[in-house]
Amino acid sequence: MSTRDITYSEAIREALRQEMQRDPRVFLIGEDIGVYGGGFGVTLGLIDEFGPERVIDTPISELGIAGAITGAALTGMRPVGEIMFMDFVTLASEALVNQAAKIRFMFGGEATVPFVLRTPMGSGTGAAAQHSQSLENWFVHIPGIKVIAPTTPYDAKGLLIAAIRDDNPVLFIESKLLYKTKGPVPEEPYTLPIGSAEVKRQGKDLSIIAVGVMVKRSLEAAEKLAQEGIQAEVIDPRTLKPLDKETIIQSVIKTGKALIVHEAAKTGGYGGELAAVIAESQAFDYLEAPIVRLAGRDMPIPYNRTLEYHTVPQVENIVEAARKLARLEV
Amino acid sequence: MKLTLTNGQISLTEKRRLLKELGGEKARWVLQTMHTIRAFEEKAEELYALGKIHGTMHLSIGMEASAVGSILALQPDDLILSTHRGHGHCIAKGADLKRMMAEFMGKACGYCRGRGGSMHIADVKGGNLGANGVVGGGLPLAIGVGLGLKMEGKRRIHLCFFGDGAASNGAFHESLNMAAIYHLPVVYVCENNQYAMSFSVKKSCPLERISDRAAAYAMPGATVDGNDVLSVYAAVRQAVERARQQCEPSLVENVTYRWRGHSKSDANRYRTKEEIEAWKAKDPIRRFEELLTAESILTPSEAQEIKEAAYRSIDEAAAYAESCAEPDLDTIEEGVYA
Repeated sequence: MSTRDITYSEAIREALRQEMQRDPRVFLIGEDIGVYGGGFGVTLGLIDEFGPERVIDTPISELGIAGAITGAALTGMRPVGEIMFMDFVTLASEALVNQAAKIRFMFGGEATVPFVLRTPMGSGTGAAAQHSQSLENWFVHIPGIKVIAPTTPYDAKGLLIAAIRDDNPVLFIESKLLYKTKGPVPEEPYTLPIGSAEVKRQGKDLSIIAVGVMVKRSLEAAEKLAQEGIQAEVIDPRTLKPLDKETIIQSVIKTGKALIVHEAAKTGGYGGELAAVIAESQAFDYLEAPIVRLAGRDMPIPYNRTLEYHTVPQVENIVEAARKLARLEV
Repeated sequence: MKLTLTNGQISLTEKRRLLKELGGEKARWVLQTMHTIRAFEEKAEELYALGKIHGTMHLSIGMEASAVGSILALQPDDLILSTHRGHGHCIAKGADLKRMMAEFMGKACGYCRGRGGSMHIADVKGGNLGANGVVGGGLPLAIGVGLGLKMEGKRRIHLCFFGDGAASNGAFHESLNMAAIYHLPVVYVCENNQYAMSFSVKKSCPLERISDRAAAYAMPGATVDGNDVLSVYAAVRQAVERARQQCEPSLVENVTYRWRGHSKSDANRYRTKEEIEAWKAKDPIRRFEELLTAESILTPSEAQEIKEAAYRSIDEAAAYAESCAEPDLDTIEEGVYA
């Protein structure tokens, strides 16, 4: 089989299709995921191949979806749920946080809850405050759940297949703005290890650790920085929990500078965790400057295009922050 | 097939018919299991007072017929979801009393290795997918358990217990609606014990019967005398049959009463002694025992022996639990992830 360029969205669909073909216990459940294809078209066509018994459209019942995947997992199925916008995990969180995340532990390890809950995060679509949030850190904070946020088609396919085969509840966070981005993806099924970061670009002057769509923006920023003679290393954690701390620590030891970039609001965001991981490690002794966090403003996402643009980090903000850090002007 | 669930209390004729059908051994099991539940909870209460069980617990004393009558209608490999007031469900589903009591004491040999306690007691291998610390927490899960069993295609069914308090939770609607539209083999059993902590069902529900809500989901609903074990069984059995044969859900409301407070913090300020005493007069165990002796299925001395055997089994369970080791601190994080 060959590798070809497909979109992030197609890579996710291919992972779902191949896992459903391989394992009859895998089924999909969510709002408008059947003929409509899901809010972002990710599941388009799967109902034709697998039928409504395995591609289950639901009423507007997010708690029901989260409960359904939890309960079905308890009976030995391997369900994949979809929450149309990450904002709506608020409605599903009782089943996720109080039930799914804790069942195995509370029951002394006797129960297994293998499911994946897919949901798209992020702003940049003009959808304003209730359809643009990045709430990854809420779930990173909950023991018992794994949190994955892939940023390339290749990573998306490999990590989704790994997530479906994992025996834990996995929150699989997709980045809306990446759905149409293309990249090389092997046709055959493959898995990537959960808990393994990737250095997306090598550099010696500073380490940029970015989440979600910010990985793409950081790579674009790194290109611009290179023209100024600044070599930025860009690290994509890929799985937020468990986190591959070692790859980040080794990079910071090498560069002596750490810039953390994410879209979620800065206060209480994942960047705080990343900064603490660096500060608590042996990389602390190598830091030549304070750790810098570039994140979303502490505010809801506004509707107006210009306001929305300036609410979360953009390429030029990353370039500027990286330049200052590289020059030790922080 | 149109299904008509029996409401209220079934007739004596119907009781006689059911007893004949069940046979003496099953009838003894029902009586002994109700005694065992009560004995277990009385012992748990005693051990709590002695400081050997800590935290909190929710006793179902007075509600034994609801647990036993419901589970009597199931096959051993059917699955249940229980509630925070779930000791009776766990015992009726066949849990090992020793491992259960050990869990209450937080011991390593308990069902949950001391991680769950009373409020999260589960016996996954025995088909009890767990009690729940969240009121209504099991209801969304019931959708998935029903889906999973339907997809499995082995005609196993799911019985989801919840209370009158949970019937006011949004989860109730999502769960019953989805079970109805997907035609799931789920039996919803609402144990209406009159109070959600202190809030009377008369204040929380504008309907006289919670089971009337079944109509909103185009499923049959019945409200039965939850202190009459055979009335509970008669209704739940029909619902189980509907789930197994037609793969359709039903709602059964067992009207009952908890004699004890909501939890260990309850000072009973919201109800009167007279009310509690009036319900104690409807003791489900005494009623069933009287029926069995009146129908000459048991002699009074045989009934007494059954009761004593139940209490003995609890004393043995408590002794075993006390002898068990505490969890090893080295294992503290085990079970967070698979």
